[in-house]
Amino acid sequence: MDAQVRTPLVEMKDVSLSFGGVKAVDHAYIDLYPGEVVGLLGHNGAGKSCLIKILSGAYKRDGGQIFVNGEEAHIGNPRDAKRYGIETVYQALALADNVDAASNLYLGRELRTRWGTLDDASMEAEARKVMGRLNPNFRRFKEPVVALSGGQRQSVAIARAIHFNARILIMDEPTAALGPAETAQVGELVKQLKSEGIGIFLISHDIHDVFDLADRVTVMKNGQIVGSGRVEDMTKDEVLGMIILGKCPPGAIPGPGAMAS
Amino acid sequence: MTSAAPGATSAAPDEPAIRRLLRATEVDTRMIGMIFALLLIWVGFNVYTVIQTGEGLFLTPRNLWNLSVQTSSIAIMGTGMVLVIVMRHIDLSVGSIIGFVSTIIGVAQVRVFPVWLGFDNPTIWILAVLLALVIGAAIGALHGSLVAYLGIPAFIVTLGGQLFWRGAAWLVTTGQTIAPLDGRFALMGGGPHGSIGATASWALAALACAGIVFSLYAGRQRRARFRFPQRPMWAEYTIAMVGCLVVLGATMIVNAYPWPERVAAAWAEANNIPVPEGGLFISTGWAIPVLIALVIGFLMTFLARRTRFGRYVYAIGGNPEAAELAGINTKRITVMVFGLMGMLAAVAACIDSARLDSATNVLGQLDELYTIAAAVIGGTSLAGGVGTIYGALIGALVIQSLQSGMVLLGFDSAFQQMVVGLVLVGAVGLDTFYRRRTAKG
Repeated sequence: MDAQVRTPLVEMKDVSLSFGGVKAVDHAYIDLYPGEVVGLLGHNGAGKSCLIKILSGAYKRDGGQIFVNGEEAHIGNPRDAKRYGIETVYQALALADNVDAASNLYLGRELRTRWGTLDDASMEAEARKVMGRLNPNFRRFKEPVVALSGGQRQSVAIARAIHFNARILIMDEPTAALGPAETAQVGELVKQLKSEGIGIFLISHDIHDVFDLADRVTVMKNGQIVGSGRVEDMTKDEVLGMIILGKCPPGAIPGPGAMAS
Repeated sequence: MTSAAPGATSAAPDEPAIRRLLRATEVDTRMIGMIFALLLIWVGFNVYTVIQTGEGLFLTPRNLWNLSVQTSSIAIMGTGMVLVIVMRHIDLSVGSIIGFVSTIIGVAQVRVFPVWLGFDNPTIWILAVLLALVIGAAIGALHGSLVAYLGIPAFIVTLGGQLFWRGAAWLVTTGQTIAPLDGRFALMGGGPHGSIGATASWALAALACAGIVFSLYAGRQRRARFRFPQRPMWAEYTIAMVGCLVVLGATMIVNAYPWPERVAAAWAEANNIPVPEGGLFISTGWAIPVLIALVIGFLMTFLARRTRFGRYVYAIGGNPEAAELAGINTKRITVMVFGLMGMLAAVAACIDSARLDSATNVLGQLDELYTIAAAVIGGTSLAGGVGTIYGALIGALVIQSLQSGMVLLGFDSAFQQMVVGLVLVGAVGLDTFYRRRTAKG
């Protein structure tokens, strides 16, 4: 399998994070190759969001290493992560509600005129372009995003992630706030990005979503990795067993969180 | 920006004319309401004085000119308070910063600088202002650092600052009042000599009108370049005309206010000009503190709207977590906003002490409350994320109009405070009601 010879796009080794006495992430290992979608599954509180927030720079890890393209990456805050091409679509959307779509799209990376002032017109023009690709029905560029629907807000959040040449995209429950049509749209988008060679972490507790889109899945429970394996080597029931019981099926590589059998 | 009618450019045919005008000009409906309330207050006081004394005392060039000067210091601080409140903080220390800064620069320009540079040296006022700005910014930045890096709530930090700096102001002069101040410095306080006269006022007004027309034109060009929808031409003309009329009208009023007879006579004598029969009419024109306030209002609007810093302030106010995740250094911005607030309080300190031609430790007492009131009446939401600079300017004018109107009518100061308090609560109550309704609709 050629994925095994190539260097992974991201490799998180032995990563730990605890809050007080609770080990939210316990010596976890996860990797991601270019053009691959890895589904990260688990209950609420299994530690998947925490693990991914370490990668995106929102949390500081207590221990472990992160490699991007085989080189150790130093990620201490979201700005660092973005420098490595890691972009995140957060579960809570992470939009500034009171400013418009273009301002959100460029938040932290504003375009400026040669006098150093904000170039709102260019930003709006760019926003119209990128939103036109993602969601052609989007028209409300002048309004604060608080006035938008869940799907529209989600497209703004995704546009923000992909607009800056992300190589690694983290999507934390990207379809949680969406209706069926919009969910399908996100699915299409994931496939398109994948074909462009972007690596995607897809975090979800909806197992159907993940089976449709992911190449591999990694399951977490109580902060530990139960196991990971290719989607075609497992059934949905086996994956459910991993999520609920921590039982690692024969098609997957067991991790430290796997139930001793 | 946040108009009640969601951004449709096509107007329904049976829409009432006023609504269509508002929609086409994209004017903030809240601002219209505020200006309407202001006019109501003005006309109300004027009618009241007509009933009481037989002549209208409020809407006279003299009173309006005084009103403009009295408003300037609260207006200046209000522009900074907007940003502080937008970021979900508060600054209760600005009044005490005024007291502290004014005593320091009072001592400096009366007792220290003249010793170094000689009495009446023309650089004294510049040094005094620079010193004020540096101290103000440093105090503000200190407050901001405590808020940002130690996580102490701004309410507590600045409440402590309010007590601390007021006490420190007393220590600087052990309670003495320092007067008179440097002659050039005192010009910042307004008065006949601290105003620019008729010719310069008209010149500035012409410049401002040209600026309005040019900015509308430039905006149109920019929209055209990106093929964005344009405002209809008649709406552009309306905006330009209203803007220019306001500028020219205000200039006419301040020019209609003459120097007081005795000041004019003294000036004529000093310059060997014969005083004509019926006295000398010298137009006061725009007062320097008012011009400072207008320039600061303009600069702050620019800062809030057109710079990264301003965009970050609003984004942090809207969703601090999102701003942080977007890679914005929220702590640094917090320090900068408080530093800016301190600097504006220092400007207010210069104007206030110049106006009284003296520096005292009680200067600026309760000003923090009027400043916050100005911002809040001007539409700044205490929940954060929402607020405009021009709103704070108008809010300051509303507060000051009430205040000086009641003084004009001879109301008790106890009663004045009660009214201002009621108006503050009433204005925010109305605003909350209005927002809830528009949010539903």
